[in-house]
Amino acid sequence: MSLSTAEVNKIAWLGRLAIDPDKIEAYARDLSGILDFVEQMSAVDTSAVEPMAHPQDLAQRLRPDAATEPNQRELFQAIAPLVEAGLYLVPKVIE
Amino acid sequence: MHNKTITELSQGLHAKQFSSLELTEHFLARIRQHNPSLNAFVTITEEQALAQAKAADAQIALGQTGPLTGVPIAQKDIFCAQGVRTSCGSKMLDNFISPYNATVVERFNQAGAVMLGKLNMDEFAMGSSNETSYYGPVKNPWDLGTVPGGSSGGSAAAVAARLAPGATGTDTGGSIRQPAAFCGITGIKPTYGRVSRWGMIAFASSLDQGGPMARSAEDCALMLQTMAGFDEKDSTSVDLPTPDYTSGLNDSLEGLRIGLPKEFFGEGLDADIARLINEAVAEYRKLGAEVKEITLPNMHLSAPAYYVVAPAECSSNLARFDGVRYGYRCQNPVDLKDLYTRSRGEGFGAEVQRRILIGTYVLSAGYYDAYYIKAQKIRRLISEDFKQAFQEVDVILGPTSPSVAFRFGEKSADPIAMYLSDIYTIAVNLAGLPGMSIPVGFSQNLPVGMQIIGDYFSESRLLNVAHRYQQVTDWHQQSPKNF
Repeated sequence: MSLSTAEVNKIAWLGRLAIDPDKIEAYARDLSGILDFVEQMSAVDTSAVEPMAHPQDLAQRLRPDAATEPNQRELFQAIAPLVEAGLYLVPKVIE
Repeated sequence: MHNKTITELSQGLHAKQFSSLELTEHFLARIRQHNPSLNAFVTITEEQALAQAKAADAQIALGQTGPLTGVPIAQKDIFCAQGVRTSCGSKMLDNFISPYNATVVERFNQAGAVMLGKLNMDEFAMGSSNETSYYGPVKNPWDLGTVPGGSSGGSAAAVAARLAPGATGTDTGGSIRQPAAFCGITGIKPTYGRVSRWGMIAFASSLDQGGPMARSAEDCALMLQTMAGFDEKDSTSVDLPTPDYTSGLNDSLEGLRIGLPKEFFGEGLDADIARLINEAVAEYRKLGAEVKEITLPNMHLSAPAYYVVAPAECSSNLARFDGVRYGYRCQNPVDLKDLYTRSRGEGFGAEVQRRILIGTYVLSAGYYDAYYIKAQKIRRLISEDFKQAFQEVDVILGPTSPSVAFRFGEKSADPIAMYLSDIYTIAVNLAGLPGMSIPVGFSQNLPVGMQIIGDYFSESRLLNVAHRYQQVTDWHQQSPKNF
């Protein structure tokens, strides 16, 4: 499995990563190597195997639908890059 | 004082041979002296440590104590500590002062332990050599030219150099066991769900598990006693009573059934390490254990399955770092897309980016079944192999890593070579089982670790198996020259 630089650019966008253009080729090489490595899995017939997503076969624990956490907006926003009037600021989205 | 184990320090504190303040000042002085050459600590929390030590001394004077009251420990910088920078080894979180405590940190606080500081690690716990840390690599105290292992390399180096009597680590694919092996200390990765993941920065949520790293199994038992237990804040925390991990340490190993998987002793294993593991197995025979060869036929597929599952979960978990609410934000973003992509492109290092890219790819439309579902099916096969094995044996022994600590730069240019350093540890995380590493000798003057794997929730048994070996050998008492 070999990834082209165009494919790496597409994945980088999906993962919201800005990558230096001069590093794309090295990433394409590394990622292709990793995909070749994991390709060993295809030698095994797993058609009758149930996928295992998690080590625990337990159902998700539920709790009563009640507020348990106090509002800590100021504490949490104290470490934000940019806030104003209790809101997180980002560049303008709607022109 | 720094040569004493946690158990001995606890006794000394309770007998008032020394105070927690004296002990804490002693370790802080050692950190100041040796950290410049080791780079094990990224933050030294001196002020808080001294305050905690004074509080512990007051508790001891009142007689209101537990085994860890006044004992200094250090936290891997993946555990959030309120008011303290929690960087996870990344530029992304270099400015992140945690507004809350991880449950593990909270539990040590409740137990009266003293936090000396935060320990260096591979960025977001992704690495096997500590070379991916934003703060530069940790050096192995046994040979400053070799890596300490990873990702809990700062924890392993700090304990080995006796800058802290015990430390926390986390293990997603071997990140407690492999550095413990490389630095000649003892570490245990508990069963998935045993230790709360609340406030432990997530890498791969179905694999991550925190655990203790110390100089002996007995010390690990004391630390695990504090760390383990149900936590309603972690939805995967297991609601089972925590056993007493120290009471069974001396249980007899007469009749213990040990399995040696033939896949652990094949091609790729250093011959000297194989010899040392066999010598350790011979000690167990003397202690009354029965040894038989077993097979884990899908073992060779664990690294390929892991390098699909772990990056997939990583790409999902690390989506939260967007430059908006906390962490690194790029300068002068022109629009929201630029803000997201540049904050992440500049804030994450190369290995983290590689894993986000692979994870994004294997989860994307058209590749999900071929990679992600396939890896989950292989994960089932590996888990079934262990299930089968534990019908025949009580514990599985084998090497922790195929080699001793390697040199800086030796594997960092080749991701696959680095990934293979964890070839014996990864399967344990995929299955969610507990695993340990204990020192069993030296090869090329560097420590060699042996892995002990048990069935689900058999931590007491693993600690017992490790402790009995440490009662008849002294590998765990060796310490590096110059420290």
